[in-house]
Amino acid sequence: MSATARPSEMVPGLGRRIGSLRSERRWALWTAYISLIIAAVVMLAPPLYMLLTSIKTSAEIADPSGNPWLVLNPTWENYAGIIGNPMFRGFFYNSIILTVCVVVITMVISVLAAFALARMKFFGSQVLATGVFLTYLVPDTLLFIPLYQIVGGLGLLNSIWGLVLVYPTLTVPFCTWIMIGYFASIPKELDEAALIDGANWMQMLTKIFIPVALPGIIAATIFAFTVSWAAFVYPTAFITRPDEMPLTIGVVSQLIRGDTFAWGQLMAGALIAALPPVVVYAFLMDYYIAGLTAGATKG
Amino acid sequence: MAQVSLRKIVKEYEGGVQAVKGIDLEIADHEFVVLVGPSGCGKSTTLRMIAGLEEISAGEIDIGGAVVNDVPPRDRDIAMVFQNYALYPHMSVRENMAFGLMLRKFPKAEIDRRVNEAARILDIGMLLDRKPKALSGGQRQRVAMGRAIVRDPKVFLFDEPLSNLDAKLRVQMRTEIKKVHQTVRTTTIYVTHDQVEAMTLADRVVVMNHGVIEQVGPPQELYHHPRTRFVAGFIGSPAMNFIPAKVVERGNGLVLHLPLGTELAVPEHRVARYKAYAGKTVTFGIRPEHLTDTQNVNKPHVAIFNATPEVLEPMGMETLAHIKLGGAEICARLDPLVAASPGVPLPLAADMNNMHLIDDATGLVI
Amino acid sequence: MAPDSSAAVLAARPAAAPARGSAMKRFARRRSTIAFLMTLPLITVIGGLVAWPAGYAIYLATLNRRQTAFIGLENFDILLESETFRSVIWQSCFFAITAVLLKALVGFWLAHMLHHIPAKGQKIWRGMLLVPWVIPPALSTLGWWWMFDPSYSSINYLINAIGFPSVPWLGEPWWARISVIIVNVWYGAPFFMIMYLAALKSVPDQLYEAAAIDGATGWQGLRHITLPMMQNIISITVLFSLIVTFANYDIVRVLTNGGPRDLTQVFASYAFQVGVLSGNIPRGAAVSLFMFPLLAIIAYFVLRGVNKRNQEMA
Repeated sequence: MSATARPSEMVPGLGRRIGSLRSERRWALWTAYISLIIAAVVMLAPPLYMLLTSIKTSAEIADPSGNPWLVLNPTWENYAGIIGNPMFRGFFYNSIILTVCVVVITMVISVLAAFALARMKFFGSQVLATGVFLTYLVPDTLLFIPLYQIVGGLGLLNSIWGLVLVYPTLTVPFCTWIMIGYFASIPKELDEAALIDGANWMQMLTKIFIPVALPGIIAATIFAFTVSWAAFVYPTAFITRPDEMPLTIGVVSQLIRGDTFAWGQLMAGALIAALPPVVVYAFLMDYYIAGLTAGATKG
Repeated sequence: MAQVSLRKIVKEYEGGVQAVKGIDLEIADHEFVVLVGPSGCGKSTTLRMIAGLEEISAGEIDIGGAVVNDVPPRDRDIAMVFQNYALYPHMSVRENMAFGLMLRKFPKAEIDRRVNEAARILDIGMLLDRKPKALSGGQRQRVAMGRAIVRDPKVFLFDEPLSNLDAKLRVQMRTEIKKVHQTVRTTTIYVTHDQVEAMTLADRVVVMNHGVIEQVGPPQELYHHPRTRFVAGFIGSPAMNFIPAKVVERGNGLVLHLPLGTELAVPEHRVARYKAYAGKTVTFGIRPEHLTDTQNVNKPHVAIFNATPEVLEPMGMETLAHIKLGGAEICARLDPLVAASPGVPLPLAADMNNMHLIDDATGLVI
Repeated sequence: MAPDSSAAVLAARPAAAPARGSAMKRFARRRSTIAFLMTLPLITVIGGLVAWPAGYAIYLATLNRRQTAFIGLENFDILLESETFRSVIWQSCFFAITAVLLKALVGFWLAHMLHHIPAKGQKIWRGMLLVPWVIPPALSTLGWWWMFDPSYSSINYLINAIGFPSVPWLGEPWWARISVIIVNVWYGAPFFMIMYLAALKSVPDQLYEAAAIDGATGWQGLRHITLPMMQNIISITVLFSLIVTFANYDIVRVLTNGGPRDLTQVFASYAFQVGVLSGNIPRGAAVSLFMFPLLAIIAYFVLRGVNKRNQEMA
């Protein structure tokens, strides 16, 4: 520090360059903050506007003269209305049953398979691992028509059990893939120590691998949860009876009635429906992000 | 407590690469045996076959009188300490040590008794409720040993347990391991690449190279009577000097012709042993401590010759002189008070009582 | 390790008891059996709910409307000749490519900006910027739909406030296309940002310091260090997003439902329209299958990228 001060007096150019370095830094920081503020405004505006709409009265929503971004008479009546709607409560209930089942099924399948694929090299294990990744790349919109036929053939159209059957195709490949990565990162000596300590394969999985890879388990569970909560194509295709609908398609198809849009209630319903993933995200953000980025870097 | 026998043990990997080429070894009850050798010599593979972590391609392993080839690791009644300790990160020290006993359904009271006893031996009683993450390297090492001790197994297996520790801690833990062995007296097989560890710990040292055993014996025997050039060079630090030499008959005795016209007389009690090699070229081996300055040399059979040190390394209690002798780089240990400087010729004394001659064709010490 | 190699060694050495050979094989076989049983549910899901439906889709696409007769490739022929379907192909490609490019650029920019601010504040900003990715897209698109509403548009209110005329967001074909892209970029850019941010953090600081001492400007550092180091993750993310965007359904369904005049239909929404709503299952399957070759090519490159990255990290 003191060394830089002295030559800067003797060489005028150097002093200016130090000054310009500092202003360059300040500039970069300003650019960063301005970009981030603009981005945050844009990113948060839609949910914010949904929230604003949901606490307006119908009269205020319908008044074209006011500023739509302001709320003059905040009210909870839309929330009371939507929560009081038994059909909406049914959607919520269906979503919970569906998601819990899918998450449990997904985690059991993925953890077992990932353990076998990461640790017990066997005939065809490499091919299977690649197959898992490839199925992860297959989008749901490619297969919903044959699945519609298959689910229909099983008599499971218009039933959340049909969705429980097909949702694992959305969750299992990715969860298996990231669990392979997490399990593979556990040092080999740990299973050898457990083997010598007397553990069998099942004990090794439940007593060593699952606890040690807990962050991975949490990340995979969050993924399975958000994906099955948000899934839209399959329920839209398979469910037409409102009492079997989960939230996504229920809110989109049933709360919009004719031309008289109950915008306040619709937005309130959408926000309540979006709440569980947002809450999970808020509390487990680090795991959520670890799961997101794990796909490309692990395994 | 048990003896361990290896009979014609072979480990062959896919593609026909043999890591272990048919070794035989008898380890007595209570014995502390160290397998030592450079990396890739098959010592770890051998240990892992004893543990049951690697399948045995051929041969038999016998622990305590029963062939265990097909016995899974958990039923071999062994305990192992790994290089990176392999402590279960999600368990406390107590749970780590108790895990093996818990899986074997020991009663709670017995588990507690054993864990506390092991903690007492290793002096880790105050760490029992910590997680491995909160421990230092040396403490983790102790816990890993504790996990082995509580099991009271037939055999302890150590796989380079000290190589992750810094130099000072390594010396300390070395003593610790020796103390523990003297307390519990369990048969121990210990793998290391560090010959100092091998020498200090072992009842018997097994030197391995390229998948075969070069020599088995107590440390002193290996040091003073190496059987092969490999053992002679591997054991001892700084390593033994090897100088090409020609054995020449002179009168009733023998003389070694070294490069640069140096001649060293062979002591008469060795003449009969080396007679057959008269006229042949061999390798002359001598340890640096038997190649000294000429102060206080009044023993018989010491040959004096002149050599020019290239580099001098003062170590405090001694000074190492590195000398080029023909094509060979040799090392001599000088008294630090001897005035020597690089490039200035210096008289050196070779203690020929401790000389070795090596047959270049077989690599065996004559 | 492998049962066959140990068997070969045993065969070469008759001294070893043959009984043990079988015991060892039994051990290896038992492990394989356990492993197979553990992966069986996974194999069932992949086989029964992905591979089998994929094959079934090909079969379905060759049937007539009532699924009574085999008609070969006629469904594909009819589709290719239809004006609407050709516009679907065009719209899908235009939508996917534009949206992915914009997401990649916005995501990269935001990741870079995030990386530049002090580490303490990064978490909060990251948390706010990722919100669009967290809300189920079908639901957040409802919000956008309301914001694009022809008579009550809150966006038009802001546009009018700065003196511009209202935009017919969902009424005009081009504006409708742009609206769909806007919503998709809004939803997907945060994902790119998170991936790039993780990649940026994996570039060691010493590299930038070394480059700065070598005389690199900030831009040169980006050009010669950041981009090459991130090349792989960028391509994986872009390719992956191409697949997802290309096959997107939620946003189009909620926002425009294909309209106006089917001009915003993409493969997924059109397949839905033809297959489920109009009841021509075979032709719907054929529409979906048109996505397959493109997705297969992209998937091949993703896999290559992932393998390359894993090799680099190993």
